Order: sequence, then C-alpha cells, then structure tokens
Amino acid sequence: MTLVFSQLFTGISIGAVLLLIALGLSLTFGQMNVINMAHGEFIMAGAYTVYVVQQIITNAGVSLLVALPVAFLVAGAMGVVLEFLLIRRLYTRPLDTLLVTWGVALILQQLARDIFGAPNVQTRAPDLLTGSITIFSSGDGNDLMVANSRLFILTLALLAVAALTLGLRMTPLGRRIRAVVQNRDLAAASGIATGRVDRMTFFIGSGLAGIAGVALTLVGPIGPTMGTNIIIDAFLVVVVGGIGQLKGTVIVAFALGMMQSLVEYSTTISVAKVLVFLTIVAFLQWRPQGLFTLRTRSLA
Amino acid sequence: MSTQKPAGLRIRDLRVVFDGFAAVDGVDIDVSPGDVRFIIGPNGAGKTTLVDAVTGLVKATGSAAFDGQELLGRKVHHITRLGIGRTFQTAAVFEELTVLQNLDIAAGTNRGLLTLLRRRKSVPDSVAQAMETIGLTSARDRLAGTLAHGQKQWLEIGMLLVQDAKLLLLDEPVAGMSQDERDTTGELLGMLSEDRTVVVIEHDMDFLRRYARTVTVMHAGRILSEGSVAEVQADLKVQEVYLGHAKATSQALVQEV
Repeated sequence: MTLVFSQLFTGISIGAVLLLIALGLSLTFGQMNVINMAHGEFIMAGAYTVYVVQQIITNAGVSLLVALPVAFLVAGAMGVVLEFLLIRRLYTRPLDTLLVTWGVALILQQLARDIFGAPNVQTRAPDLLTGSITIFSSGDGNDLMVANSRLFILTLALLAVAALTLGLRMTPLGRRIRAVVQNRDLAAASGIATGRVDRMTFFIGSGLAGIAGVALTLVGPIGPTMGTNIIIDAFLVVVVGGIGQLKGTVIVAFALGMMQSLVEYSTTISVAKVLVFLTIVAFLQWRPQGLFTLRTRSLA
Repeated sequence: MSTQKPAGLRIRDLRVVFDGFAAVDGVDIDVSPGDVRFIIGPNGAGKTTLVDAVTGLVKATGSAAFDGQELLGRKVHHITRLGIGRTFQTAAVFEELTVLQNLDIAAGTNRGLLTLLRRRKSVPDSVAQAMETIGLTSARDRLAGTLAHGQKQWLEIGMLLVQDAKLLLLDEPVAGMSQDERDTTGELLGMLSEDRTVVVIEHDMDFLRRYARTVTVMHAGRILSEGSVAEVQADLKVQEVYLGHAKATSQALVQEV
C-alpha cells in the first residue's frame, strides 16, 4: 500500500515539474501558436539566475526567494527581446519560427557554456527544503516519505496555475490576451494594440519558464543543456492537453507524470518513456486536437 | 460627443493588389458626413477588400482620409482609435467571452498598462447604454458564442457604439437574418446614422431600397455607378452587370451561381 502511494506521489511531483515547465509554453505555443524552441533555454536562464543570486546572497532560503522574481524578470525580458527582434516578423511562418528559435536556443546554450563553463554547477537548497515529511509510518520501515522540495514545487506549480487562470479570467489584460487569441483581426479592429498584447503574453510565458528554472534547481543539475532535455515533454503536455487550454495542460501534466512513475516502477526508465510516447501517439491518432479544444486562428 | 459634427470619408485612387491581381483598382469615393452609403456589387467586386484597406487590415496605395486624417499606413488599432469602426462578414465576436466582456474590450481601448491589471466592478454607462440599444441587456453574462446569429451581429454593432466610432463600416449586417431581425437592424441603422457616417456593404436589395441614402456600385475593383437608389437602378451599366429590376437581378444571381 505504501508503495502505491509513494509511486503516486512521485507521479504527482513529476507532473508538477512538467506542469510548471508547460505552463509558459501553454501561453506562447498554445495561445499564440508560436513554437519557441528556445523556451527550454529560458528555463536554463532561470536556473542559472539562482546560481548567480547565490553568489551574492549566501543564505540559501533568502536567495531562493529573491531568485524567483528575478528569474521571472530575466527570462521574461529574454522572451520579449526574442519576440521583438525575431518572432514578431515570423508570426505567419511556423516552420521558420521553429528553425530560428532553435538557432537562438543553440546560441543561448553556447553563451551559458562561455559564461558559466560546460560542467554543471551546484546550488544550495535551503535547509527547510532538503528534508522530507513522513506522511505515515507503517512501523516496518516502509514509511511513506515525501521530499520537502517536491512539495515546494507542487505548491509553486499550483500557485502559478491559479495566478495565470485568475489573471486571464479576471483582469482586462487577460481578457485582451484571450481576445487576441480568439480573433486577431477583430481584436485589432476593436482598438487593441495586438503587437503590445503579443509582447506581454510572451513576457509572462517566458517569465514562467524562469520560475520553472528556479524550481528545477531543487531537483536536478544545472547545466547548459538542461533546457533541451525537458522541453520535449513539456511540448507533449501542451499538444496532448489541447492547444491554448490551461485546463488540459494541468490534467495532462499530472496524467503523464503518474503514468511515467507507475510504468517506471514495474519496468525501467527507458521502457516507461517508450510506453508514454506510444500512448501519446495513439491518443493523438484518436484525438488530434488534444484533450480540450478552442477555436483559434489556425496554425496549419 | 453627440454634439460633434459627423465627418466624411474621402477615398482617392485606392488600389489593393494581391499577387498581381488588382482586387481594388483605383477607387474614388466620397461619403459626406451623416450619409448612409450602401456599397453593392457582384461577388469579387472588391467591396470587403475596400473596407479592409480603409481599416488597415490589408496594404493599399492611394489615399483614404477621414475627417482630414490620412488612414493608410497606420496600424489597425490606431485607425480604430481615430473613430473608424467596422464589422466583419462573418458575425465576428469573441465567442469565448461574455457579451459584457466583448463590449468592455471595445470600450477600454485607451486604458493604461496598470489599470489593465485592476478589475473594474461597475459597468460603465456607455456599455450599459449600448447593451440596451442592441437589446442584449438580459444576455450580458452569456458567452457570445451561444448567441443567435442575429444577436451576434447586433453585438458587433454594439461594440462599435461603445468604441464611439464616427465612421461605421458594416460588412453585410443583415446576412442570414430573418425578416424581423432585418427590420430591427434597419431601425438600429437609422439611429446610428443620426450622428455618424455609415457605410454598408450589402447584397440584400430590399434592405438597400429601404435604408440607403446613397449607393455605390462596384464591379471588378472599380466604381461602376454612384448616386441615389433610383439613379443607380436606372443606370444601364448597372443593370447590365447586376441589380435593378427583378429580371436583371435574378439573371445576375443565376450568372453568379
């Protein structure tokens, strides 16, 4: 019994990481139909932000709290620059966007190598987040333990989802983002500066990548290629969840996390990955539009 | 605002070229302040492209000025903020937003970045009034996508009302409407034109006869004829291409199909 629960929780925490990464993508890729291959490098930028902040602020807890908003701003600013210089000119050319942003991703990776060196760097997690909580003790040594860092990431992911949902639903800015997504021409003809809304959307989406990067420093190594390794899974989450659907992103992130963790337990990591991919291929054959759909200006 | 005198639209040598094909081929149009101008013509005559050009959605050469201000070369939302409002052929509203939110978007185009993050509690007067005018007050919290076709088109007009547009460009406002809905739209049109300049693209000849003050006939990207309804109907060139007597209309329609 303990085993099932502990695998379930591992699944949830994988899902939370996925969710945090996919959330920003859901905005830029899902809502704006821009395939930004450099999104993973924005995550990397967020992670290195923690490293840099820790060089200045030695207290691990304080530096983590400072790094969160700073990473959001750093990654967000990178997103805005990318949107302004390149993507803005390529909105109707998905394939070109893909290639150009991939090039940008390679450049950013090389930059990270030049600045921080090729080997992974280490950050210190605050003491509070290094331990774990015992959910219940079975008495025979098979206690159900949950790592604090995982709980922190789960909380962060849920907070980010809540903030994004409320922002899109309640604020006039969110309403404008949704208006531009639903009908760009009409939005412009209603007097919305669509270019500015695009840039804001990109800022928020990329900023969320920065937050994800901060979270990732708690569970994995920080290196120049860390973004590439995780971005594929995040793309899958957005595609399977349905383009432009926050709710789909949330459900699929946790479902994939669970699946990965449960299959992984009975087989191996590689086999689990293969099975997850196969399931996704099968699912998309059945529902190419993803779990949920919204009529948006089309990509194809 | 309603005391301000309505202003006119002046188009000179307007050209829109798509891949070598001139969709609008050197058009001159003057719409005087307060006019209700209908633009008609067979499919592919360039009517919608003309409106797209004036509102900045497609690139054009020549000149299109409203109230003395040149429109060509400006961004779409700048043109909108100069008081040019338009509707689209396919009842374009934000389907996943409520009626009120649709109107709110149209009303709040000049708000700054910070106020964009603040939630506003009350409904502004202009929005409430527009909702009343288009008869959608009771539907204010419904998603626009769930409205009937006619209601969507009224919502579009309502959005122009709250934008405080001085020049309204309506692309087939009664397409797909029942007779009752047409009458309501006609009344709405009459009210709108009291202190605004209105340009209507329409295929419905009955609607045109009842509500048009002046008519422009377009054919193959050019102006074929211009004048009052009676003048245009009497024009032999027009009868040849399209419109006019029941006979000619039905023949033209058959040819079009």
